[in-house]
Order: sequence, then structure tokens, then C-alpha cells
Amino acid sequence: MSQQKEWPLWEVFIRSKQGLDHKHVGSLHAADAEMAIQNARDVYTRRMEGVSIWVVESKHVHASNPDEAGAFFDPANDKVYRHPTFYEVPAEIKNM
Amino acid sequence: METIIEKSLEEAFEEKIAKEIRIEPKDWMPEQYRKTLVRQISQHAHSEIVGMLPEGNWITRAPSLKRKAILLSKVQDEAGHGLYLYSAAETLGTSRDQMIADLHSGKAKYSSIFNYPTLSWADIGAIGWLVDGAAIMNQVPLIRTSYGPYARAMVRVCKEESFHQRQGFEIMMSLCNGAPAQKKMAQEAFNRWWWPTLMMFGPKDAESPNTEQSMRWKIKRFTNDELRQRFVDMMVPQAEFLGLTVPDKDLKWNEAKNGYDFGDVDWEEFWNVVKGNGPCNKDRINTRVKAYEEGAWVREAALAHAQKRAAREAANQAK
Repeated sequence: MSQQKEWPLWEVFIRSKQGLDHKHVGSLHAADAEMAIQNARDVYTRRMEGVSIWVVESKHVHASNPDEAGAFFDPANDKVYRHPTFYEVPAEIKNM
Repeated sequence: METIIEKSLEEAFEEKIAKEIRIEPKDWMPEQYRKTLVRQISQHAHSEIVGMLPEGNWITRAPSLKRKAILLSKVQDEAGHGLYLYSAAETLGTSRDQMIADLHSGKAKYSSIFNYPTLSWADIGAIGWLVDGAAIMNQVPLIRTSYGPYARAMVRVCKEESFHQRQGFEIMMSLCNGAPAQKKMAQEAFNRWWWPTLMMFGPKDAESPNTEQSMRWKIKRFTNDELRQRFVDMMVPQAEFLGLTVPDKDLKWNEAKNGYDFGDVDWEEFWNVVKGNGPCNKDRINTRVKAYEEGAWVREAALAHAQKRAAREAANQAK
């Protein structure tokens, strides 16, 4: 068997049409960025699913820790006044 | 202390499963859940990859340019499905190289259906119609499977799969509406593929060791026998439309259960093919290993080229 050496892993993001954000669709292996973009086209856009592709080598993605999600997102938890529904608007007031 | 933490993690996990909250890659999960998923997703991926072989050998012999383009496109989709699934499995901590090594060594299985030969063009129709039909039946519930990356991969797969089934049915329809010799080809292919297709749903529930736990973890949503029954109920009317005879003398409509009764699968054959003794097992794996080994120098060269370019760029920037 030949030497076990994988091509690096890349995360793929696709803009499905102008005006929308790039969205994560999956990952793939490629030797470099150029090949990653070409492979992403073949793997993830065979039916015109995209007009633009981003690839990022997976090792460069830093993520929040799901085990600490409770504490991490806690600051937003008790601030209901950030939502418009917190406020009472008299029935007479229209268009607010 | 550790066992208490472990227990609360397990409880949190079970609670998510109960509430239909998807499990994501970095979430805590029981080791057995991870193992089950790696096994199932990688075998699913291998099935897509090996599944290219029986159809691939008909690309050059497709009867028209249109059929050739369609078949090429379908086989390319199967490669894509394999890649979506490998990448979903990799989120569980296994590597692509490891999965491929397990396929080549025989440690990992793939769907036994691909160990049967494609003898005539009608087999390509039968595969699309029956095999992809059964795959859809298996895969649609997996869109709701509890592991996020697997579920998302299945959304893409299922969207693309229905073209596969329709192109197969269209091939069968053309043959069935053609000359008597063509109709005969279609019937013979149907006879060859019907029983192996029913085997695709796996062993009987009573003999499927993984089903119960997989159902509890909501990896699987329906049992093997449930899906097999649904498939038969769906396909019999389609076969009747084509004017084909289902090769099962025990097939009979059962009003009480609102479904068909059908004969028992030849389980001896099933286990025999699973164990590696089907008509094409060795040929399929040899083909994969050969392709992998003969492609090794390309993979190494591409990596060396990328490293050389990166080094040159770094040197230029340092100047």
C-alpha cells in the first residue's frame, strides 16, 4: 500500500444566488485552494446550486464550545427588552 | 465524580434525542452512538462509490447519446453522494484514509446489491427503477435521522435520487413498449434484480442486531421489514403498469393488511453475498483497490506541487 497521506480537508460555502449569504454546505479534500474550488463545483453545484464558492481549510475554522453553550450565550438570555414584543403599544397607535 | 459528569452528559444527550434536537459534531455523544454512525455512514458512502461500477461499465455501450449523457450524469451523482457521506462521517472523527482502507480490507461492508452483474442494457433500467427506488425508500426517513451532518447529506442525496429512479423507469418503459425481444430483456432483468433488491432492506427485524438501538437513538426511523413491505406495495402496481410479472408465486394482495403478502427472501443467498461470495464481490473490491493504487502517484504529485507553490509564495513574501 502506498504512503498514507491525505489531502487537507476544506469547508465549502456556497452563495446560491446574488443577494444571499454564502452558506456552509459540507467539506471535501483537495491538495490546494484552487483544486478545492474546482472539486466544490463538481461535488456541490452539479445542478446550478451556486453562483459563488468560498473554501476555507478546515484547520483554520475556530468554533465556540458546545459544552459551554449555556454559559456562553447566557448574556442574551435575560434581555427580553431587546425584542419589540416587550413593549406595550396602545391599540390606537397604528403603524409601529 | 467522573461517573456523575458522564451520567449527566448522557442524560443531556438522551433529552436532545427525545426532543428531536439534532446532535452536532462537537456535542457529547455515547461512544456506541458514534461507532454506529461511523459504521452506517461509511458503509452508505462505500455503497455509493462501489455502486458506480455496475453502471459505469455500460456508459460506453449505452444505446444512444442521450442515454449515455444521462447515465454518465447519474454515475457522477453517485460519486457526489459518496463524497457528501464521507465528509459527514469524517465529522465523527474518522479519516477518509481509514474508511477507504476498511473498504479495501473487507472490514467495512457496502450494499450487497452491487455484487450482482449487469448483463444487459435492461439491467441499467432495472437498477435505476428498483435499486434506486429501494434506496429512496431507505434514505427518505434518514433526512430526519438524529445526527445533523448525516441528515443534511441525505437532503442533498434524496433530491438527486429521484431523477435516478425516473430515468430507470423510462428505460424499462421503452423496452416494455418495444419489440417482443426488448420486452423479454426487461422481464429477464426484472427477474434478476427483484429479489436482490428486496435484500437491500437488510435482514429480517428479528435477525437485525443493530435495529433496536438505532431506532431508540433515532438513527433509523423504520425497521427493515417495514420498509421492505412499503417497497413491495409501491412497486407491484408499477410492474403491472409496465406489463411485467413479479417473479414471486406467493405474491398476493391482502385486503386485511392493505398490502401485499410476498414470498420469503432467500436468506442463505443474502448472507452468502454479505460474506463475500456473491458473483462480483472480488471483482468490485479489486477494481476499487486498483483505481486507488494507480491513482496514488497523482495524489502525491498534487500534494507535492501544492507544497512547492506554498513554499515559493512564502519565500516571495519574506523578500
